[in-house]
Amino acid sequence: MTPAAITMMIIALLTVWGGLGLALWNLARHPEDEEQLPEEMPHEL
Amino acid sequence: MTTSPAGRGGTAAPARRETFSSRKLFILSAIGSAVGLGNIWRFPYIAYENGGGAFLIPYLVALLCAGIPLLFLDYSIGHRFRGSAPLAYRRLHRAAEPIGWWQVLICFVIAIYYAAIIAWAAMYTWFSLTKAWGDDAQGFFSNDFLHTADQAGLSFDFVSKVFFPMLAVWIVVIVIMVAGVNKGISRANAVFLPLLVVMFVVLVVQALFLDGAMVGLNAFFTPDWSALANPGVWAAAFGHIFFSLSVAFGIMVTYSSYLKRKTDLTGSGMVVAFANSGFELLAGIGVFAALGFMSVASGTAVDEVASGGIGLAFVAFPTIVSEAPFGAVLGVLFFGSLVFAGLTSLVSILEVIVAAFQDKLGWSRKGATLVVTIPIALISLILFPTTTGLQLLDTSDAFVNQFGILACALVAVIVISAGLGSLPRLQQHLNKSSTIKLGAGWRILVGGIVPVVLGYLLINEVQTKSTEQYSGYPAWFNGVFGWGMAGALIVGALLLSLIPWSEKSKLKDPEYEEFNAAAELEGDIDNNKKEVEA
Repeated sequence: MTPAAITMMIIALLTVWGGLGLALWNLARHPEDEEQLPEEMPHEL
Repeated sequence: MTTSPAGRGGTAAPARRETFSSRKLFILSAIGSAVGLGNIWRFPYIAYENGGGAFLIPYLVALLCAGIPLLFLDYSIGHRFRGSAPLAYRRLHRAAEPIGWWQVLICFVIAIYYAAIIAWAAMYTWFSLTKAWGDDAQGFFSNDFLHTADQAGLSFDFVSKVFFPMLAVWIVVIVIMVAGVNKGISRANAVFLPLLVVMFVVLVVQALFLDGAMVGLNAFFTPDWSALANPGVWAAAFGHIFFSLSVAFGIMVTYSSYLKRKTDLTGSGMVVAFANSGFELLAGIGVFAALGFMSVASGTAVDEVASGGIGLAFVAFPTIVSEAPFGAVLGVLFFGSLVFAGLTSLVSILEVIVAAFQDKLGWSRKGATLVVTIPIALISLILFPTTTGLQLLDTSDAFVNQFGILACALVAVIVISAGLGSLPRLQQHLNKSSTIKLGAGWRILVGGIVPVVLGYLLINEVQTKSTEQYSGYPAWFNGVFGWGMAGALIVGALLLSLIPWSEKSKLKDPEYEEFNAAAELEGDIDNNKKEVEA
């Protein structure tokens, strides 16, 4: 693979899977709490 | 049908709307719906054709500027108005009900042909074991398997090798649908989606070890920066994201109507959107690693072996399966993945239709499901396991995508934003219990950028399809099953909206009235109330 292709592959994997990781992390920080969802101030992303 | 489930409601307390028992199950089901055949066979080729590695930029822009905002729009409508597409749109505004029915009819058309592709993939999973196509995958697919007629038309010469697998697919999905949201849809997704991911990861690892895999990946990721100056590439990115996320045709409205009252809508939506993209990126790696093997094995360039859609799945991949070491394993994993990806999507498509009729007629889950799905299965089984099934599928798919989903989405965003001015209200609802807060940017994207992009895509499609006959089929064929079908969906939607909501229907639902009253107390009041009352 050429350096340009490798670079784009890494950037693509980092942005898309990194985005998924961040989204999962955000959700995990705010566990589902039946009828009483967030009491604290929500965080901005 | 002679059964009359209408009487089942009786005088008993009205049944509460089913809800996903956990946020996790909703997310799994929504990902199961979004991850479909397109992620596996459409994305890799679209990305390759439109700049390779450089496509990432328009792709991410489209995801963030159109895909995710539209996904949030669907969630807000379904969750705020707690109903199937027609009921949710009706509660938004009386005049918006036809949009919901248009989405239901779009899902009807997709469901009847989607089952055929799942059946083909199921048969190819089996064929992979013996490499039944020999050394002519193209000839095997068209002649030996589908017995495709020379001329597009409407034949009733049935092909048993397609009919029986299709029947099996319908039986499986009807059983899932009858079982309901929690016992059927959630459970099916909780089993099929992890299975799909595991199978696909194994497939990708196996593909990466093939000779030539790096050649394929090199072709896939090498950026062609000049593509970014081409508006067609940007249109392809927006078009792909739009179809890939299952937005704007009722699925996400329906699924989000089954969420608990207080749910993190935007936080969940971000997971669904990025999981969908993460899966298709994985598919791109797997598919192009395999195509790299094919190009090295046959001594041709990657661009000569690269393809998408049915050609990739049923011609290129069988050829790879025949030549690759442990090819049978590769075949079972690939076609098995198509089956599971397809099943979870088909279930979500059918849910749009079942939920709509359940709400409008106030029927029980079982009654509504059987009355709706059995006729759909019959129509599907009459039209598609025939010698003309392939052409019919090709035309109906192309036209329902462009002049069904795309046109309906354009009308929906214009009606919701400029027509009814409902975006601030929906934004407020999304922000009420979500972790990622939306600002004016969301309203600008949904009400401004998205309609412009969808309008551009639609005008392009109208021009293309009206200047040349789609796939070279006869004019009458595209006229009836393409243009005619797409037009009939609009007429049908208007007619279905004219049918009055019965006393038993969910329009008068005490559960919703209580929910609505609580929302109004918090300031979420219909901005069109005065006009409607007048």
